[in-house]
Amino acid sequence: MATSAPVHAHAAPQGFIRRYVFSLDHKVIGLQYYFLALVAVFVGMFLSLLMRIHLIWPTAILPGIGEIKPETYLSLLTMHGTIMVFFVLTTAPQSGFGNYFLPIQIGAPDMAFPVLNMLSFWTTFAAFVVLVSAFFVSGGAPLHGWTGYAPLSALTNSGPGEQLGADLWITSIALFCVASLMGALNFITTILDLRAKGMTMMRMPLTCWAWFVTAILGLLAFGVLLSAGILLLLDRNLGTSFYVPLVVVNGQPMGHRGGSPLLWQHLFWFFGHPEVYIAILPGMGVTSQVLSTFSRKPIFGYKAMVYAIMAIGFLGFVVWGHHMFMSGMSPYSAFAFSIMTMLIGVPSAIKTFNWLGTIHNGRVRFQSPMLYAIGFVSLFVSGGLSGPFLAQPVLDIPLHDTYFVVGHFHLIMGVAAIFGIFAATCYWFPKMFGRMMNETLGRVHFVITLIGTYAIFMPMHYLGMAGQTRRYSQFTEVPYMTRLIPLQTFMSYAAFITIGAQLIFLINLFWSMFKGPKASDNPWEATTLEWTTATPPPHDNFGGHTPVVHHGPYEYSVPGAAKDYVMQTDPAGAAAH
Amino acid sequence: MASLSPVTVSVPEAGHGGGSTPPHYGGDGGGPGDGYPDYGRRLRRARLGLAVALAPILMFFVSLASAYIVRQGLPTFDEKSNTYVRDWNPTDLPLAMLLVNTGLLAASSLTAELARRQITRQAALAPVRSIPGVSLGSETGFPWLYVTVLLGAGFLVGQWLAWQEMANRGYYLATNASSSFVYLLTAAHGIHLAGGAVVLLYAAVVSLFHKPIEARRIVVDVTAWYWHFIFLLWVGIFAFLWFLR
Repeated sequence: MATSAPVHAHAAPQGFIRRYVFSLDHKVIGLQYYFLALVAVFVGMFLSLLMRIHLIWPTAILPGIGEIKPETYLSLLTMHGTIMVFFVLTTAPQSGFGNYFLPIQIGAPDMAFPVLNMLSFWTTFAAFVVLVSAFFVSGGAPLHGWTGYAPLSALTNSGPGEQLGADLWITSIALFCVASLMGALNFITTILDLRAKGMTMMRMPLTCWAWFVTAILGLLAFGVLLSAGILLLLDRNLGTSFYVPLVVVNGQPMGHRGGSPLLWQHLFWFFGHPEVYIAILPGMGVTSQVLSTFSRKPIFGYKAMVYAIMAIGFLGFVVWGHHMFMSGMSPYSAFAFSIMTMLIGVPSAIKTFNWLGTIHNGRVRFQSPMLYAIGFVSLFVSGGLSGPFLAQPVLDIPLHDTYFVVGHFHLIMGVAAIFGIFAATCYWFPKMFGRMMNETLGRVHFVITLIGTYAIFMPMHYLGMAGQTRRYSQFTEVPYMTRLIPLQTFMSYAAFITIGAQLIFLINLFWSMFKGPKASDNPWEATTLEWTTATPPPHDNFGGHTPVVHHGPYEYSVPGAAKDYVMQTDPAGAAAH
Repeated sequence: MASLSPVTVSVPEAGHGGGSTPPHYGGDGGGPGDGYPDYGRRLRRARLGLAVALAPILMFFVSLASAYIVRQGLPTFDEKSNTYVRDWNPTDLPLAMLLVNTGLLAASSLTAELARRQITRQAALAPVRSIPGVSLGSETGFPWLYVTVLLGAGFLVGQWLAWQEMANRGYYLATNASSSFVYLLTAAHGIHLAGGAVVLLYAAVVSLFHKPIEARRIVVDVTAWYWHFIFLLWVGIFAFLWFLR
């Protein structure tokens, strides 16, 4: 490893507060994001548990909670969606793992703006606290869904949760937008300016490319959501009419006129669809990394993978209208959005085939990170295949607002991204905590979660095709839906088992953190820069030095090389081929 | 036409965004890639960060502008005639006041640039000043930073007066869609400008605490570029509100 000036922007902090609470170290901040997402995912999962219980036992009295009323059910789904999308799927893969490993993977001592990084985390934390506090205010949490459609969300008397609870929801989203913008700014600047010598853009691991494009998406999308949220707050509290037309509620005119609910939909989905890729792209990056490492093969088509990430990012910005086929848009617009949406299948297929090509004929090591990465590919394909159906207006119109859509997005955006988080956790756990996770617990958790996930979400496609609408709290007395109750019951039991299985992951995580066997610096025999440094990495990541990069990130099974992998920093490996 | 010259020497020009180090990006082998080597790199990084940060600010205003255009063309249901009608009622903008405010902001952009060049020169001369026995005279410098902040504050006061004038003419925030957008766009712009003013004040105040001139220069340089952007943004918003009213 060549060396140059050993410098770092800030010295290693000594006190507990500066070291673990208001830390400027990207690794600590990455872990803070990770554990925030961990808390959030269990809160979100608990809400889904309540929903699944209510769906099959609608009159059940739950201890400590009581009976779940229809409006409570709507609050549960609103908060479940918001927590999961923002504080889990956006937070852990990008802000958590990205913060921890992006600087190390490009050979930097820290993020470009450490103070901004700390502010970004604590703003996210505040956003989470504000959101969860909506449960405890008068009227409770909002019931307008995570998409916050107006005019339901824009009127303070449209439901019990639409008073202070909805204001807190909007405030939380606005705070989250600001935090995400700060984070995106940091990611982009870090990648453009802090790469180590020899780390050209085309030598970056695909994880870094994924974080980079995700940051660009966030940079362009969250500003729009912020403006949309401000308009919503003004409509709710200062009497403007951006989203609210002439509305009469309970015989009372609301004093608004001329606004357009569709304006909210356009602004929201201009953010909302890129958000899907903000959630999934980092998972794609981790999957590429893990599949290559555990197949002992270079990633198949590195450049194609990079261009596919870019194409997905670009196309993600021009397809928002496919969420609005039911809004009465011009058929020509719908056609354009439909074509663009189906076009996304092309780079997605490139990535999928390249993953399969990477595994093909590899000397595959079926360890838990690899299992989760394969699970990611499986769920991505299963969820993705229903995408082209929904991309066509003629099919989307009957399927819209049914369980078909719920099954689709949970598989491709929700659980696939979660499997990306699992893969990343198992893969990088040794580097983060210096210990190995328990392999047996990992495998058991993987099998139950994968089967359970399919058992929960695949039947939703059939429910949707059978006409079962989403967001309804009770359907046990709707004649045509009663025949679907056995399937709903099956899904609920599958959910109970799958949610219970997550305790295995939790136990494995915390037990291994303290009791797992000690990890070596490079337990997976991987090639990228994080595996060249100590475990866990020192404060400045490389112990006073900066690495010099000689290779691409996936030099496995290189002919003539001494081992079956060549580290990115290995100058001898350069001579070998 | 530098490419036609047999010998071309490119010297980063102080005060023209040149910076003090030749630009080299990480990863190309041209730079040490070691993170935080000197103020030149930090300045370049801060400028890059600013350039990146301008994107979401632009997206924020573009989304508001697109909402404005959509709303302007939207028919509204009229309960009296039971038909859809166009109800866009342009706000009677206080043009003269807004022009004066624009002049104030233009002047502040100019003084911000003078402040930026002044501190760039001071930073460049700082190493010479530290040599024992070398004197460059007693250059105190005109307080362009404070003048910029004052002009910026003048702009904000002017905008407040323009709001009052609009209110006097019967246009409040919730009067109609047009006035809602006028208040919203001007308020959002004002908040962005106030943020820049706070940073400039910070740069002025830290000079009292003997912060290194190079560190202050980074703050002033980046904020001055931000200030220019805010000025151009205002020109865009003003033109938008006037010509698309």
